[in-house]
Amino acid sequence: MAAGAEGVAEDLRSAYAAGKTRPYEWRVSQLEALLKLTTRHEREIVEALRSDLNKPEYESVIHETVGVSSACELALKELHQWMKPEKVKTTMVTYPSSAQIVSEPLGVVLVISTWNYPFSTLSLGPVIGAIAAGNAVVLKPSEVSPATSSLLSKLLGEYMDTSAVRVVEGSVLETTALLEQKWDKIFYTGNGKVGRVILAAAAKHLTPVVLELGGKSPVVVDSNINLKVAARRMISGKWGGNSGQTCVSPDYVITTKEYASKLVDALSCEIENFYGKDPLQSNDLSSIVNSRHFDRLINLLDDETVSGKIVLGGQRDKVKLKIAPTVVLDAPKDSPIMNEEIFGPLLPIITVNKIEDSIRLISSKEKPLAAYLFSNDKKLKEEFITSVSAGGMVINDTNLHLVEPNLPFGGVGESGTGSYHGRFSFDAFSHKKAVLQRGFTGDIAARYPPYANWKIDFLKSLFSGNLIGVLRALFGW
Amino acid sequence: MAAVDVEAAVKELRNTYSSGKTKSYEWRISQLEALLKIVTHHENEIVEAVHSDLCKPQTETSFQEIFSVASSCKLALKELRRWMKPQKVKTGMLTFPSSGEIVPEPLGVVLVISTWNYPFLIAVDPVIGAIAAGNAVVLKPSEVAPATSALLSKLLGEYLDTSAVKVIEGAVRETTELLAQKWDKIMYTGNGRVARIVLAAAAKHLTPVILELGGKCPAVVDANINLKVTARRIISGKWGCNNGQTCISPDYILTTKEYAPKVVDALAAELEKFYGKDPLGSNDLSRIVNIHHFDRLEKLMDDEKVSGKIVHGGQRDKTNLKIAPTILLDVEEDSLIMNEEIFGPLLPIVTVNKIEDSFGAINAKGKPLAAYLFTNDKTLKEEFVRSVSAGAIAINETALHFMEVGLPFGGVGESGMGSYHGKFSFDAFSHKKAVLRRGFGGEVSARYPPYAPWKLQLLKALVKGNIIEILRALLGW
Repeated sequence: MAAGAEGVAEDLRSAYAAGKTRPYEWRVSQLEALLKLTTRHEREIVEALRSDLNKPEYESVIHETVGVSSACELALKELHQWMKPEKVKTTMVTYPSSAQIVSEPLGVVLVISTWNYPFSTLSLGPVIGAIAAGNAVVLKPSEVSPATSSLLSKLLGEYMDTSAVRVVEGSVLETTALLEQKWDKIFYTGNGKVGRVILAAAAKHLTPVVLELGGKSPVVVDSNINLKVAARRMISGKWGGNSGQTCVSPDYVITTKEYASKLVDALSCEIENFYGKDPLQSNDLSSIVNSRHFDRLINLLDDETVSGKIVLGGQRDKVKLKIAPTVVLDAPKDSPIMNEEIFGPLLPIITVNKIEDSIRLISSKEKPLAAYLFSNDKKLKEEFITSVSAGGMVINDTNLHLVEPNLPFGGVGESGTGSYHGRFSFDAFSHKKAVLQRGFTGDIAARYPPYANWKIDFLKSLFSGNLIGVLRALFGW
Repeated sequence: MAAVDVEAAVKELRNTYSSGKTKSYEWRISQLEALLKIVTHHENEIVEAVHSDLCKPQTETSFQEIFSVASSCKLALKELRRWMKPQKVKTGMLTFPSSGEIVPEPLGVVLVISTWNYPFLIAVDPVIGAIAAGNAVVLKPSEVAPATSALLSKLLGEYLDTSAVKVIEGAVRETTELLAQKWDKIMYTGNGRVARIVLAAAAKHLTPVILELGGKCPAVVDANINLKVTARRIISGKWGCNNGQTCISPDYILTTKEYAPKVVDALAAELEKFYGKDPLGSNDLSRIVNIHHFDRLEKLMDDEKVSGKIVHGGQRDKTNLKIAPTILLDVEEDSLIMNEEIFGPLLPIVTVNKIEDSFGAINAKGKPLAAYLFTNDKTLKEEFVRSVSAGAIAINETALHFMEVGLPFGGVGESGMGSYHGKFSFDAFSHKKAVLRRGFGGEVSARYPPYAPWKLQLLKALVKGNIIEILRALLGW
């Protein structure tokens, strides 16, 4: 297996060195192939996601396959534009000259994806970016979603140019072997612990890395809002996103002591509208991915400082790995549920005296991947945007910034480095090479030794556009 | 003693940053103005310090270091409001009605580790970017240029807000202490060996890093060019930049066997005009920075594989740490001088049969920080830009792209990651936060459970933005 990683990297290096992946036509052919396999095999993909995550068909299509198709279509439409060099104005310093910034591929890149959206823009989005930018790419899908991993391997193996696009399945052993190779970029989606391992491995080869991690994405709920719509949007972002197992899911809510009960009522009402009186029976909720995560979540819930604060839900089915949408009111600050990323269907609500206090509370924690605010108060919105640092933000909704390709998607601090989506995916896998072109004219003798004071003055004046200074220097005034 | 100092210093900076002080436009302007004052009022002291450290000619310090810093400050002062403004982006059907923007925000507390060869410029230029972007910053100047390090500490200590901008002097021990702290970004200029150490330290805190390294920057010299201007520009970029001790100096030349003697003659002629018959006596050449580098360079020259290939120069003065401009002709690929970054006044010329062969030779090595081509042949230019990967490329020029602030300055692969200069400096120390704003209108009930085929169909159509499909889904066709 270890030899496998080396062999794969070598094969891809040869293909890249041969110039295979650089032509526009090749990139288009691969994007079209990816689009084809996603549309033709939607059924199988939905089934694999059902098998791995018990993900509702609706989510598998809307959050995963349709996202991939859209991303392919956008790349196909925009590739010419993205590949075009960007002209840059030059100054007197190099006059006469022209300059541009040329996007070129980095080379051979590694994408390590994750289990919660295994066939989506999370996993294939980086691959689309890598291909669009002209790289050879290895995709290592997550072993925690084995059916999808295997399907990815099969479909990409059939449809893509395997001399330059490969899927390598496996878990820790295979990932370690891959990380020992030299890559021109690594794109990792997952958690901070493994993120550190990736960075340490990349350091040995000076490999740049994009990290898409997570964090505790807060939702601040102000009063005087359309509470019904807010509740629906929060539920959609939380439980409608793989049962809360999403990097940008609202992790916890902050509202005023006064407003909390209204919020709980609204959530309770809409959760019943969505999932019925017995959510464990609903087909519209993903299961917990495996028993390890199930047990982890149950521990958070059964913690003695928390279990008495459940105001909604709490039901669980260990056999089916299901946990009902659960809301916890006023869990203590130092409880485990308030100190790790939940990544599941539990939603703590923390109450504060004044809604503005929420900003300090959020800023006292690590920077999350996303932060949300429901408010009609202009001042609060501005304060939120200016003072809260997060990967991305949405006002009066959750998760939706992911679907906007003109917005970069990525984290900051503990939630990650770098970004992608849309053109940002192309940029993530490109080197922006500065190119300056001159002719043989425009040579300024003052530039060359033997040095003299008048030369210094002349150059400084010339490049500041100070014509008087130029004359002064030339004529020794 | 040093450990306590460093930790306390960082803590102070964190407190200052948390107070919001560095985020205000006024604070940033005040600091940039203070830096501009330093270069305007203390030019002589800076020139003297750099001369003490490197024997650098006043013209080089004034123009390449002081003038560059002054220009950077002025540009930042002029453009800061524009740089700080959120960038509006178009949003699509899926989130309609909504508005999107990308908001730049500071990363927090950042570390700039500078180097010795442009001890003023490479220290202050990144600090300008960090401050412009609203961060608190620690500058660690290079101990290999002690006079400039001390002067930076004194001047920045006097003029800048030391609760947010600190200079910490020292060597390996202090740098190690600094690297053990948690930073929101680290910028390191130097070599690949130490860069790996910096990355490994940064990995522990998930800290993003910019690396400005080096490499063997090739200069390809075609026939049918203005050889006199070419020679002057090569000399200027090599010996006119700190006597070759510059990350973007032409490291070696590639030309045809046929043309090589002409190149040597042209270089020899212009070298004499610039530095006289006895370059060791010229005041217009930096010395070698210290005995360690002097010995290293001597070893490269005296290597038995190349010592017989010296066609110009070769004189040295160990007492004064001076080496004359030296050209070597037809060096072998496996000689020492062709396998490490020279970083000194030795210029090997490698000869090829056809000029096109030079591209393969360049690509066989690690990607350099810059690559140069002197030619009038349009096809050759295009092929060079297309197939040679480097941080930057200059056609018919060397090193000067450094001064074009519209161009990003940075490496790729072994020569580094990330870039700066001009707006790129501001961006380098910023987080680009995506913000999506919505109101409570534009509700699409198809978004919510219970899921149903018509909802799936409608959402799919919305994603594609296909009006017919949307109508179909809505009307149940």
